[in-house]
Formats: sequence, structure tokens, C-alpha cells
Amino acid sequence: MDESPVYRDPMSRHAVRQVLWLGAIATAGFLALMVALAWASSATGGGSLVGRAIDVETKTITRALAQEPPQLDSTRATDQVSLFVLGHIMEGLLRYDASNRLVPGVAERWDVRPDGATFWLRDDARWSDGRPVTAHDFAFAWRTILDPANASEYAFILYYLKNAEAINAGRMPPEALGVTAAGDLVLEVEFERPVAFFDKLVAFAVYFPVREDFYVSRDGRYGADTEDLLYNGPFMMTRWAHGAHVRLEKNPHYWNRDTVMLNVIDMPYVTSDTGAVVNLFKDGSIVSATLGAEQLDDAMKLRWDLGRYSDGSVFYLDFNFRPERLTSNLHLRKALQYVNDPGELVNKVIALPGYQPAVSLFPAWLTGVERSFRQEYPPLTISPDLEKARQHLELAKRELGVAELPPLVLLTGDAPIANKQAEYFQNLFSRALGIEIRIDKQIFKQRLEKMTSGDFDIVAAGWGPDFADPLTYGDLYASWNGNNRGKYNNPELDDQVRIAQNSVDPRTRMDAFGEIQRILIEDAVHLPNYERGNVYVQDPRLKGVVHRAVGTDPDYSQAYLIENP
Amino acid sequence: MLAYTFKRILQGIITVWFIATVTFIAMHAVPGDPLANERATTEQIRLNLEQRYGLDRPVSEQYLVFIGGILRGDFGISFTQENRRVNDIIRENFPVSATLGILAVTFAALGGILMGALTALFRNRLPDFVIMFLVILGISVPSFVVAALSQLVLVDINASLGFSLLPVAGWGTLRHMIVPSMVLGLGTMAYLTRLMRSSMLEITSSDFIRTARAKGLPPARIFLKHQLRNAILPVVTVLGPAIAAITTGGFVVELVFAIPGLGRYFVEAVQQLDYTVIMGTTVFYGAFLVSMVIVVDLLYGWIDPRVRLE
Repeated sequence: MDESPVYRDPMSRHAVRQVLWLGAIATAGFLALMVALAWASSATGGGSLVGRAIDVETKTITRALAQEPPQLDSTRATDQVSLFVLGHIMEGLLRYDASNRLVPGVAERWDVRPDGATFWLRDDARWSDGRPVTAHDFAFAWRTILDPANASEYAFILYYLKNAEAINAGRMPPEALGVTAAGDLVLEVEFERPVAFFDKLVAFAVYFPVREDFYVSRDGRYGADTEDLLYNGPFMMTRWAHGAHVRLEKNPHYWNRDTVMLNVIDMPYVTSDTGAVVNLFKDGSIVSATLGAEQLDDAMKLRWDLGRYSDGSVFYLDFNFRPERLTSNLHLRKALQYVNDPGELVNKVIALPGYQPAVSLFPAWLTGVERSFRQEYPPLTISPDLEKARQHLELAKRELGVAELPPLVLLTGDAPIANKQAEYFQNLFSRALGIEIRIDKQIFKQRLEKMTSGDFDIVAAGWGPDFADPLTYGDLYASWNGNNRGKYNNPELDDQVRIAQNSVDPRTRMDAFGEIQRILIEDAVHLPNYERGNVYVQDPRLKGVVHRAVGTDPDYSQAYLIENP
Repeated sequence: MLAYTFKRILQGIITVWFIATVTFIAMHAVPGDPLANERATTEQIRLNLEQRYGLDRPVSEQYLVFIGGILRGDFGISFTQENRRVNDIIRENFPVSATLGILAVTFAALGGILMGALTALFRNRLPDFVIMFLVILGISVPSFVVAALSQLVLVDINASLGFSLLPVAGWGTLRHMIVPSMVLGLGTMAYLTRLMRSSMLEITSSDFIRTARAKGLPPARIFLKHQLRNAILPVVTVLGPAIAAITTGGFVVELVFAIPGLGRYFVEAVQQLDYTVIMGTTVFYGAFLVSMVIVVDLLYGWIDPRVRLE
């Protein structure tokens, strides 16, 4: 570096003065450029005017969005963020109220029979252009979903309708679907097979209405922008700068508008970074923030009043049942089952409020015949028992004909909690049973690929509910289910799934789910880990926000503001 | 000059084609299924999806369709945002990345040249040590740390002032741009400072500076006309690639400051195996980078007449 002689003469002092001048000019230039760019960007309409978290006067709240809603065409939406937005701007035949009961939506009353259903629509339901919401709009939406050209991922959730599956496979025209509009205000539905929870299904976003003339007029762009959507829900979308800003405003045409207390839900921040969202909350820019483990200490220090709820999903370790895999051996699975301790995992390892130890595939929030499913059908509890675990391990080794077990591959994702979970089990199985676990950490699509092709011994998996019936979990291990990635195949379990699918008698169905739960535990088909929770902090002036396991979450349609908490 | 420009542009086009082809092959070689989702689809639904995106056709045919699309300037429809065209995604989000990038590069270049010149003038004295310490810090601390830290500091500043001096995140006005662009440009500024320092030192000890001093030229004139102009050349060389790197590499800053730039789409598309967005953004960024390098080459001839372009 020091290859040149040093000049320390008056000249360099002059030069320094010169450099400082240059610096001043440069700074001025930089500022000028910023002003110019800021002006240019606001001129192109990319600007987002950021207000404060709450404006009681105008009944406005500001919040962040985890990501850009990828799909607001209700016939094709699948992800959480899109469903959250859709739940506010659209309304189905029925909806869930604040205490998660089904209440009338567009339908005033309804009648579900074993062979079909009838919905009587209210005559004051309106689209945002003032025209009435009719039975034709529902029939059109449902036919569109099943049209193979539309390629809806959620088409299967309409397979209960007559001829639905054949239409989706292109064997029948969409007009053959078992749904007809008997006039503008009566919707007649025919079933392919009896379905006990159809009322719950029609509250789901995929069953929302779509008006044919508008859909056709958008020429393939339905749902792409604010002007490419018609709204019939409590809010309408008045602004959508992709990836940047979503703004919902109260829909003046909504039939039940008097119950909607907020005027504006403004979402000018789109980021999945929980740290950034918490900083925004701390700054008073947004009304609520979901916390991650990293922000929890900070929140405690600031004495924030934390809210928590279960988001409805349950997570577990799945085994690979393909015959060439060691995990197809019952005693090996039993050995692992007897050291599994969800309580320790949740309380000591994950250590986040809102998370609950899982004891069954069926999470605690599900309803049985009358009370909660968990109370009516308590699962067999397997408490950790090292003695039994080692006995099973010896039996497993004998059956498999090995003196020492080769390492098992645990496939997992790249999220922080998945890491903790995998390392915990690696440590646990090695410490308790001397079984070596090799963690195979993969990003989303690669993990799915390996799950589907069966390239694992154990995989950390989970399931979020589609509808509020135990069947959303109950058929996961049926031999024909594509989500049964370990290829578990048990005719006894399959029989119970068929009963649960085809019966309409609540008692018979819940008994079947009870049996499924028993088989899963006795056969050690999977190891339940945790029911996922959500910890959040919210401005105390905002009230009436509803969180739920199934459906729109969070739901601001009944939320309101108070001046002094 | 014209022939040279033409030749460089032709080379650029071939480079972009090469980038596109290699990306296409690599993308299809990566394990994973672009249409797969947590919720397994039935055979039929999967078939419908494949048809919609043309994935049921042989890979060679998909390649031809894709190249044909590029020639028509149409990158197709995103896999994850199924009713948005990739062209729209680039058109709406690139200006944001570009604005952020231009600001960051300007900040980096001005700061780098200024501080580099200062360290050279004060070599082995206190200002030199202080700045070089900061430079090493700037190079070694990753941007997600700097981004998160600066955001945290902002929150505290706003809280202690009692009003919002600068917004913590978001995009749209000048006030939103200041902190993110500085965070984004920090690493490059540190790198340019080092480059400028060594280049200045080399020039300072050269014969023509000694001659200029001997002639009794005013120091300001020596500094501006002789030292700075010669020392700045290596900085200009790396500026082109730096602009491209900064506008494409803003993923973390865009995430932390909730900025709707293209960098986020670029990274998320790769994670989600969103074929059309991967191809669209890669080809677009490739073309952008190549044109930046060409522009710098042409600029070079203007700054330094010794460089013969022909």
C-alpha cells in the first residue's frame, strides 16, 4: 500500500479544502437527484400516502400485508393472503359470525338434504355496481371452477356436486353440473353423494359468486386489478398497487352495511419480514403485528398486551411406509412414538405463546356431535416411556435383522421453527435410542418433490383446515389421498374414511373419526408435534377483530374503534 | 466509433441469448415441481394445470415457445400470480428498483470518491484510519444486519422526537427513499472508497503530478484536473456492474423496508420455481447488465481519450 513517498506540504491542505467543496457540491447534487426522483415516482402514481395507524375520525386503520395477494379470482385462489382479502370484499351464501357460528350471508335461509340443498337468496344483496346478486352468479362461479380450462386447484372441494368430477375431467360439459338457478333468488343443488357439512362448505371462498357478464367482459383478466373485480362483500378494493399497497373501503352497496363500522382498511406495507412489521407497529404506523420468536423478548420488555390464538393447523412427523423403508416397521415407529414428547417440544424448544402440544391428528378446536371433538373422543395418550421405547427398538432390530440401525433421513423445511423441531428430534432420538438422524433441509418446492417421490424416512409435515369438519383431516391417511405422502395403506382406516365421507348421521361420522384417531395412534402412523399458534400485538383502540381457524383471518368486518381504551 | 458500438451491441445480444438458454436449462434441471403445492392435487386437476401452462409439451417445444415469446417481447403469465403478465410485473416493479438503485449508486459513488480522495490525502493519519475502519465495517457487515439495525434506530429516533422524522418502511415519497438507498449503497461505497484510495495514491506519486507541482500549478487545479480525473477511471469501470448488482441485489432491503421492487419477485420466483417469472426477470436483468457494461465502455473513451475504441 505504501509504495509512494508522503507529501505533507501546504498543497494538500489546499486540496482538502477543494475536496470539501466538492463534497458540498456532491451532497447538493445527491439531494437534487432525490427530489427529482421522488417527484418522478409520485407523478407516475407509485406513491403511497402513509397515514398513522388509526384515525378515529375517518374510521381508518392501517396495517401491513404479509405478501401481495397472488390471486383474487375466487374461482382460483388458494393462499391465505388472497383468502383474507376475498373474505372482506366478497360474501358467500353463508358466513361465520364473531363466535364462529354459521349465519346467513347472501342466502336468507337454507335447507340441506342427503340428496341436495336449496338456498333462498335475500333480495337486497347487491354487487358494487348496484345490480342484485342472483342465484345465477353462484351457478356460474361453480361451473367455472369445474371447467378444466380454468384449472382450479380447489376444484376437488366442489366434487360433492352432481357430475362435478366428470366435468372437471372434461367428460361432461359444465352445464351438466348439479346446480340450477330456479329464478333469481332460489338456488337448487344436487349432490353426487351425501355430504353432511355442505353448509360449512358454502362459506368457503371458492364457493363465492361471480357474475357472468362481468367475468366475460374482463376477457381473462378477472381479479387482476381493482377494476377487474365486482364486490359483494362488506368492503371493496379501491386501490391495488401490486406488491406495494392494498386499500379496502366500506362497500356502500353491501346489504348488511349498517354493521360495518370501519370505513377504510389501508395496507400500504407489503412485507413478510416480521421484524420490519414489529418495527412499524412500534413506530405507531400500523395497528397490529404478528410476533416471531425473535421479537418476543422485546415485546415482554415493552409490556405489550399480547393476543394469542390457534390458527387451526396441526403439525406432526410423518413416516414413510414404502416397504423398502425401515420406518415401515411398526416396532421402530412405536419406539419413536414412546420417546415423542410434544409438551417438551412446545414448552422448551418452540417456546412461543399460542402454540399447543398436539396429541392427535384432530386439533382441539374441532366440534364433535355436540361438544368439542376432543372431549367426546379423547385420544389415547402415549406418555414418554423409555423402557417401552427400548423394548420396541430391540424388537424392531430383530425383525429387520440388523444389529445397528442405519441413520434415518428426516426431511424438513427451511423455516426457523422447522429447524428447531428437526434439531430437537435429532438430539432426542440419538440420546434416548441411539438412532442417528440425518436432517435433510430443503426449500419449499424441493421438499414437496422429495415428499411426493418418497425420498425420506421421516418428514416434518402439517395440515391446515379447508372447512370446519373433522373430515378436512380425517381422510389424510386414506390410501387414495394424494396428501398421504408416506403411502400408508390400511383397509381398516379406509373403511372408516368412507363411512365418514358418505354418512350424514353426525354420531356415525364422529364415531368413524374416533376410530381413525385410534388407528393412527395405535399403529403409530405419525407423531403429533404441535398445534400452531399466532401471537400478536394490537392497538388497544381497535376492538372486535375476529381470529379464526377456518375462514377469513383476521376478520375486520365487525371491527370498530374507540377513542380512549 | 459507430462500428464499435454496433459490434458491442451484437455481442450483447448473443450474451443475453446465452444467459436465457443456460437459465432455461438450469431451471428445468433443478429438482422440484413448479405446479406442486402443499395440498396435493388430483391427477385431473394437475393435468388441467399442466395444459394451462404448456408444461405437458416436450421441453424442446417449451424452449422454442419461450424464445419466440422473448422475440415478441412477451414473457408470458406468472405461475404464482396467475392473472398477471410477467411484462406487467417488470414494468410496474422495475422502476422502483431502478430508483432505489440509482440513488444507492449515486450515494455510493459520491461518497466513495470523496472518502477515497480524503484517505489518500490524509494517508496514515487519523482521518485515513477512521475512514478505513468504517470501510472494512461497511464491507463485512451483511446488508440485512445494516437494514434491520437502521430501521430500529429510526424507530427510536422517531419515538424520542415525538413525530415521524423519516418513515420506518414503505415507499412513495422522497422521505421513504433516503434510508433504504443509503443502506443499499453502503457496501458499494466502502468498496469504491478502497478502490479510489489506492488509485489516488498511485497517481499522487507519478511523474506528471510532480511535474505539475514543479510548474507551480495551483493545488486545486492539480487535484481536480490531474489527480482526480486520472484516479477516477477504475471507479468508473466498476460502476456499470455495480449499478446492475445494486438494482438486482436489493432483495433484503426491499423486504425489510417493504419496498415493491423487482428484486423481491426475482428471489421469490426462484424459490417458488415460477418458471415464467424466473425467465422474464433473468433475461431482463441480463440485458440490463450487458447494456450497462456497454455504456461504461463507451463512457470510458469519453473520460480517457487514450482509450481507443476502434
